[in-house]
Parts: sequence; C-alpha cells; structure tokens
Amino acid sequence: MIVLEKRPQPSKAWSYATPLVAVLATMVCGGILFTLLGKNPIEAIGTIFWEPLFGEFAFYYRPQLLVKGAPLVLIAIGLSLGFKAGIWNIGAEGQYIMGAIFGAGAGLAFYPLDAWYVFPIMVIAGAFGGWLWASIPAFLKVRFGTNEILVSLMLVYVAEQMLASVSLGLLKNPEGFGFPGSRNLQAYDSAHNAELIAGSGMHWGVVTALIAVIFSYILLNRHMLGFHIRLTGEAPRAAKFAGVNPARLILFCLGLSGALAGLAGMFEVSGPSGVVSIDFNVGYGFTAIIVAFLGRLHPVGILLAGGLMALTYIGGEIAQSQLGLPAAAIQVFQGMLLFFLLAFDLLTNYRIRAARSEVA
Amino acid sequence: MDLSEINPVLLVASLMVAATPLLLAAIGELVVEKAGVLNLGVEGMMIVGAISGFAISVETGSPWLGFIAAAIGGAVLSLLFVLLTQVALANQVASGLALTLFGLGFSALLGQGYVGVKPPSMGEIHIPVISDIPVIGPILFQHDPILYLGIALTAAVWATLKYTRVGLILRAVGENHDAAHALGYKVIKIRILAILFGGACAGLGGAYISLIRVPQWTEGMTAGVGWIALALVVFASWKPWRALLGAYLFGGITVLQLNLQAAGVAIPVEYLAMSPYIITILVLVILSADKSSAPASLGRIFHASH
Repeated sequence: MIVLEKRPQPSKAWSYATPLVAVLATMVCGGILFTLLGKNPIEAIGTIFWEPLFGEFAFYYRPQLLVKGAPLVLIAIGLSLGFKAGIWNIGAEGQYIMGAIFGAGAGLAFYPLDAWYVFPIMVIAGAFGGWLWASIPAFLKVRFGTNEILVSLMLVYVAEQMLASVSLGLLKNPEGFGFPGSRNLQAYDSAHNAELIAGSGMHWGVVTALIAVIFSYILLNRHMLGFHIRLTGEAPRAAKFAGVNPARLILFCLGLSGALAGLAGMFEVSGPSGVVSIDFNVGYGFTAIIVAFLGRLHPVGILLAGGLMALTYIGGEIAQSQLGLPAAAIQVFQGMLLFFLLAFDLLTNYRIRAARSEVA
Repeated sequence: MDLSEINPVLLVASLMVAATPLLLAAIGELVVEKAGVLNLGVEGMMIVGAISGFAISVETGSPWLGFIAAAIGGAVLSLLFVLLTQVALANQVASGLALTLFGLGFSALLGQGYVGVKPPSMGEIHIPVISDIPVIGPILFQHDPILYLGIALTAAVWATLKYTRVGLILRAVGENHDAAHALGYKVIKIRILAILFGGACAGLGGAYISLIRVPQWTEGMTAGVGWIALALVVFASWKPWRALLGAYLFGGITVLQLNLQAAGVAIPVEYLAMSPYIITILVLVILSADKSSAPASLGRIFHASH
C-alpha cells in the first residue's frame, strides 16, 4: 500500500525538477500522440524542439522566438503576481485584445501625423486599455464580492465582439476597398513598433518583457507589496493579521496584469501583426496561463517557460508545414504540459511512502 | 426592422432548446460543487462531449449512441481532473483551467474530419393530441427526448439531494470534509463519483449543442457555454430548480438576441452577440452579495493524514 505523507517543508529540489520532468513526460506522451496520428514521433519531436533553434533555417526562426515569446512572458508575469496571491485573472486574452484596440486606435487617431510622441501615446493607451478591462473584475470583486474568474473570462467574449465591431467599423481602413481590418500600422512610421536591430526580432515588446521580469523579481523579493502578495497566497489568515489590505491587493494585481496584457496586445498589433482584424488574437492570453505555471510563478522561470512555449509554437508551425502535423496537435501538446506539471507538483509537497501495516 | 416577424411561440420553443446544454452542464457542476469540488473544466468537458457525440453519431448513424458516447467522453476527461485534484492533490482552479485548455485542443484534433458533415437527426417526440394543442403543444410537447432528460435530471438531482441518504452524505462531504471523514464516509470516493457525474452531464450538454442545437461541428463551438454554466450554479445558489430557471433565462436572452439580429434591429450585431456575457456578469454582481449558500468546503483540498 502506498501512502502520501505531507512534507514539513516543500522540497526545493522537486520544485526545480518538476517543470523538467513535466516537459520530458509531455515529450513522451506527445510522441505517442504523434505516433497515433501516423507520424514518426522522433522526427516530430525533433522538428518541434530542434529545428527552430539549430535547423537549416534557424536564422529565420530564432528571431521569431523573441516575437512569440515576448507577449507570453509579458502576460504571464502579470498573471503570476495575481496567481501567487490567489487572485485568478484568466481573462488576459480579453485584456490583450483591448490593449491592441486602444493602442492601435490612439495611433490611428493621429494618422498621418509624423511625430515622435505618437508611439509613446500608443503605449500608454494600450496599457490603459488592458488595465481598464482588468479593472472591471477587480472593482466588482472588491465592491460586490463577484467571482473574478468568471467575470474576467466573460469579458474575453465581450472583447472578441468589440474586436469584430471595430475592425468592421470604427477602425476599418477607409482605403481598404471595404475589406475588414484597420490600416497597416507597419506602413505608418510613427506608430510602427519596428525591430530595434534589423533581423533580430528584438522590438519594444521584447524590451518591455525583460523589464517586466526584472521589475517583478525586485517586487517579489525586495518590496513590501511583493511580500504581501506572497503572504496572502501562502497564509491568508496571517496576511489578515499583518494588516494586508485585500482590496488594494486585488486592484493592484488585476490592474497590473491587465496593463501588461494590454501592452502585449499593443506591441503585437503595432509590430508583428500590424493590422487590427477579427482574428488578430491567437490565444496568447490563455497560453500565458500555462507559461505562468510552468515557470513556477517565478519571474526567471517564466522567462524560460515563455521561451519554451514560443518554441513549441514555432516548431509546431514547422511540423505543420513539413510533416502535416495538425495545428490542434500542438494545442494538445501544450495542454498536456500543464497537466503533467500540476500532477508532478505532488512530489514538491508530499512524499510517497510505502505504508507500514499497523492498526490505526 | 420588423419585430412582428418574431414568432413568440417559436421563440419560447427555441428558448428551451437553447437552455438545455446550459441546464445539463449546470446540473452536473452543481452536484460536483455540492460535494465541495470546484471544477472549472466544464467548457473543456462540454467540447469533448460535443465532438465525441458528433463523431459517434455520424459513424454509427444513431444519435442515441452519440449521446452515450458524449457522456462517456465528458466523464473520461473529468477523470483527468480526478487524477489531478483527488490523487495528485493539485490546485482545483489550475486543474480546471488545464482541463479546458486541453479539451479545446483535443476536440479540435478529433474533429478534423468532421467539419461540414451533417449529423443524423434525433427527431422530436410527438404525442398525439397533446403535441397538437395550439401554442402549448409546440412550446412544451414537440421537442427531442434529451430536452426532457435535462428536466428529469433536474428533478432527480433535487430529490436526491433533498430526500435521500446519498444526497445527505454528498452534502456533508461538501460542507465539512473533515467531519464527513471522521464519520467514516469515503470523502475522496464520493467526490470522484460526483466529478464523473459532472463530466458526463457536461458531455451530454456539449453533444446537445453539436447534435441538436446547431447541428454541425466547428472548433470551439461551445463558445463559453461551459463558463456560463459555472456562473449559473452561483446564480442558482446551488439549488437545482433555480438552475433550471436560470438556464431558461439565459436561453431566452440568447434566442432573443439571435431573433433581433435576424429581424435587423438597429443595434449592431456585435453588441447583441455580447449581451449574454454582459448579462451573466450583471447577474453575478447582483447575486454575489449572498454567499451563505455555497458549500463550505468548496475548492478545498482534502488529504486524510490518518
């Protein structure tokens, strides 16, 4: 008979090892899945994890890693602060969309003005859009005790409809021959989030993501607010006695994660994507949840996890075109990762032991 | 715009159809939450149910087998939730999200060959005389059997929770799992059964969308119904009949906005389409003040140390 025994202290070793074990287990199970789909598992896994980094066309894919990783890291950093404190913002996808709409809207309002201040205004507008969208569940939770999980998620669907509305109406390109979608911001220099070094994939969103990682690390380890966040998550009763103001914490965590998601959306729409269109969002807001957990809600971990997740996106696309692997298979692969991670986390907090047979 | 085109009898009849997937999923989740478990994976279980039901009915030609497969599909996916939360003692919120993310991808993978296929029709129950009564007949007595199953399930869950020993034990586990454990009830076993029941119900609800309501298969076709079902359980204060009422209310809003779209009301389509979600939020706000009826152990992990 096997029993679980709670560890007096969570195991440090296992807390580092869990993500690696989870990735390995996902590779094995993913390999089985790919075999069932009639693909060579070694080849498929190799294509996903090796090709983008060291393959023949790696010079093209490596910059993509930054482009895809930056929004994931940016959103996941924001989410991780809330998750640590038990505040569940799962509507980052909606905040991402609103950030893009606000950011692009601010930029297009100035079209065709050529001035240095257009882009900074767009950045502020994007962050504001995401903040605003995340503040709705925050305010409702503080004021009425409404469940933030459900409200933030409902707002994703509302944001998707907003996106459809503006790309067919308010922000539609007047010179677009009636096609849905806004003007291409890549063709509007003052608003274009261009690569800082040509061909590197490095744009302002990547820089912001790195700053967010550093900022969040300092906040959590060196700042009172960060301590309160950790305290609320680990010992809510102790936090109450220590005088942590839960309302302020909710408004801060949700607001900040919304602002970061909004920034991610704004950088995406003004750079790699360029156009506000109905299907502009690709689910970064949801994948970022996996990134946050895979990175153990730790800023550096999230940075690594964001890179890994970006790798599966790019590798997945290569496997799609070269091996005919369905796009959904990659989504399953990413979902599996979260499963294994949560399952193996057991070993961090519990010890598995053979039970002695005794009379209780 | 021509509001007179909206036929009130058809409106009410289609309201019941729109409400059924919500009702099925919400009743399942209600039982799960009564047992003290918060499974946020309803959306994932619904979509997996939708595709399993769709695929099996297309392959076998029998919608009944499809619905059975959907219930099994939903329950199998919820088994993953069982492994995570009851065996590996993982966080229920994160596990539920994982279930939804995985379910959405997995269903898209399974459903690749089924886009654009038409499923076999289930047909409606037709009772002579009663079904032919004007107005009441089309509204109440001309539906598919699963719709009545949903109502019967509501009654059964209500009666079980209120009048039977099984219901009492389930509630005890949800209110105070330590006390229930001390009394000798198998907390984990009861919760596992409740989660599987919830998964099967969500699967049925999903298949109702893909086989009867729409009926076809598209990726992500549940479009948040699972999440609205979760909100519905809060709305219903964990009471089955109020869940029925809530499902009809939301079904009504959905159908009404679709009818208004068709009638060409001056409100843009997008704003009408977002209305069910906004109304869900409003309802949550109004009803959040009273949390007293929530099961006391909801979302807490149980681990028997002795």
